[in-house]
Amino acid sequence: MEQVYKRTKGIRDDMVSGFCPGCMHGTVFKLIGEVLEELDILEKTVTVQGVGCCGLAMEYVTYDCTTSPHGRACAVATGVKRTNPDRLVYTYQGDGDLASIGLAETMSAANRGENFTVIFVNNGIYGMTGGQMAPTTLIGMKATTAPAGRDPKVHGYPMHMCEILNQLTAPCYLERTSCNTPANVRKTKKAIKKAFQNQLDGKGFSMVEIVTSCPTNWGLDPMASLDFLEEKMLKEFPLGVIRDKSREEEAV
Amino acid sequence: MARKFMKGCEAIAEAAVRSGCRFFAGYPITPQNEIPEYFARRLPEVGGVFVQGESEVASINMVYGAAQTGTRAMTSSSSCGISLKSEGISFCASARIPMVYCNVQRGGPGIGAIQPAQQDYFQATRASGNGGFRMLVFAPATVQEAVDMTYEAFDYAQRDRNPVLILADGVLGTIMEPVELPPMRPEEEVKALKEALSDWTLTGHRAEEKALILPGGWAGQEDRCRRNANMYETWGKDVQVEEYETEDAEVILTAYGICGRIARSAVRLLRKEGMKAGLIRPKTVSPYPYESFDRLNYGKVKAILSVEMSIPAQMVQDVELAVKDRCRIRTCLRSGGEIMSREDVLKAARELV
Amino acid sequence: MTERNLMVAGFGGQGVMLLGKLLSCAACESTEKHVTFFPSYGAEQRGGTANCYVVISEEEIGAPLGDHMDDLIVMNDPSLNRFLYKLVPGGTLFINSSIVKSEIKRKDIKVIPVPVTELAMELGNAKVLNIIMLGVYIGYTEVLPGDVVLDTIKKQLGKRPAMIPLNCEAFEKGLQIGKAQKTG
Repeated sequence: MEQVYKRTKGIRDDMVSGFCPGCMHGTVFKLIGEVLEELDILEKTVTVQGVGCCGLAMEYVTYDCTTSPHGRACAVATGVKRTNPDRLVYTYQGDGDLASIGLAETMSAANRGENFTVIFVNNGIYGMTGGQMAPTTLIGMKATTAPAGRDPKVHGYPMHMCEILNQLTAPCYLERTSCNTPANVRKTKKAIKKAFQNQLDGKGFSMVEIVTSCPTNWGLDPMASLDFLEEKMLKEFPLGVIRDKSREEEAV
Repeated sequence: MARKFMKGCEAIAEAAVRSGCRFFAGYPITPQNEIPEYFARRLPEVGGVFVQGESEVASINMVYGAAQTGTRAMTSSSSCGISLKSEGISFCASARIPMVYCNVQRGGPGIGAIQPAQQDYFQATRASGNGGFRMLVFAPATVQEAVDMTYEAFDYAQRDRNPVLILADGVLGTIMEPVELPPMRPEEEVKALKEALSDWTLTGHRAEEKALILPGGWAGQEDRCRRNANMYETWGKDVQVEEYETEDAEVILTAYGICGRIARSAVRLLRKEGMKAGLIRPKTVSPYPYESFDRLNYGKVKAILSVEMSIPAQMVQDVELAVKDRCRIRTCLRSGGEIMSREDVLKAARELV
Repeated sequence: MTERNLMVAGFGGQGVMLLGKLLSCAACESTEKHVTFFPSYGAEQRGGTANCYVVISEEEIGAPLGDHMDDLIVMNDPSLNRFLYKLVPGGTLFINSSIVKSEIKRKDIKVIPVPVTELAMELGNAKVLNIIMLGVYIGYTEVLPGDVVLDTIKKQLGKRPAMIPLNCEAFEKGLQIGKAQKTG
């Protein structure tokens, strides 16, 4: 009988995920593992983990892993990749990490066109610290530090990182995906593969922004979270390719 | 060996390259700019990488990353810039990442003054970041010492898997002096140094040998702290100090770095005047040479003068710990960009007796 | 103590730093003596005042700068007013008499006035005033042999060989003036 699915070698088979029910971190790490396996580069991969729930994955992944200070993943990855140019390096960062405390590091690495990949997981809220407002929190969405909901007069508006980075010349590839449906999961995997392939081809900075849910801090059950994601999050953060220079460069 | 006339900052950078440093990230701030500028020219010549970070915070984290591949890596800054680096320094100390950084001290607190000072002693020796970690801290007094200490600093960093600080100041960074440079490590040796660390560095591994760098974690932090503390306990052997004319001394001057060399020349003059003066000059301020003060003959020593370009005095607290009330301790202080003169020291020393 | 402290001060652009650097570099290259060069630095990139310190010594040098100078070279009036107090009694003051017009009231020092700006213009390039003054200083003090300093000047100008003859001429001119002042 043909085997159509097996657990990725990118995740340890002796560990059980500690992520909350309905969280999509597990899905994303699985997809990354599958892509690395398909590219046959698990043993040449280094991940730089941001600070937050994603840190749980430090133990789960089967390849080299380091932890950066909050927000500094792109700076740490710059050091790792520049001294290790034939290894695949990716950062894994949440919205608070990448768009708030690490905004300078993210923008600057993108602007230098650093040849690594950023996996940006955007669920519009701080997870591990307990539901505080993020730069990507939706208007009206409640957070423990915005108990009446995000008010644009006080808190400003959600930040669109793909669109912001798209103002820069250097980045190669920027795409926003989600993992809320099987079709979107497949598209996310494709995007991750493309981003990694760009790096292997030396094409510079690629970022995949994955819009995900946080049932625990959204105060919704996993199913209701999927509805909220579809109806609210994706309206604010539309999916699609925002920048793709990879083919242009081939033409040149 | 031929003498070369070099600026302190540039000599430090060249010594680092010769010791095998192949990555530098830094951010502009006076008076250390000649360090990153020198690396920007020099590193590409030896296949190394220079990155001008977007901030001190980013720069130290680039070094944190680069050092995790086994590459000898360095950063530098001055005083308020070092404060910004404290996050990354603490992460290096926690994750036990070897790296070298240099503080070319200027006035403080805050933006302080761009002129030379020694206002960062406590930061350097007590709390260069959160978490109560410790580091070897070298305090060069001449450009030659800065070169020799920087060259060795990378070996100490690698030995301990810990950050090492070169605590310089604006005078030392800016002056030119003759130096004899140490030999350039051959490229094969630099590669071998990197290769030797590959069991724990981020160079790609099979799943069962995965490298996992943890600057803390969900569990086991107390054990990590204990392991670190045990290592710090072994540093007594690494103390470096100059004891000059101390045997029959009635007055002891003590100072590090730029003030150390000024105090030394003051001791020579005081001796010519007939005053029995001596000098204890810590070359490492962490670990501090407490035992040098135990070796003094307190039957003869009437007073000790701590000479510092810091107001309030800082190193004097280590002197007090060392002296344990066995004699009077006084200070001779300048700061805020005012540079200690030999006359300041001579006057303060004469007032002791 | 065989230690000699020199301070050079003037406007930015008068080549004050280069003068100090050439002197100290020559001392490093031609002797076994201890030598330090400290360029005082400020926030200004251009203009303003510039000054530097050179110490040449048989023994290890303590302070690379201080308040007791054996020699003081001043290229403009503000520097004279600001730094004259640093000169020790019996010290030597070299002044650019083309520009420095203040009356020098101290009687306990030796004054060597040389119109280096005018002399430089006579040579066809006002910029070499610092090289003339370096020649004067060497000719008068003999802290280093003239030919040694000349070698350093040539070496430092290696990348701009067209400038060498003019600078050599400027240095020689200063050297002769300095020697004449000493014997005269």
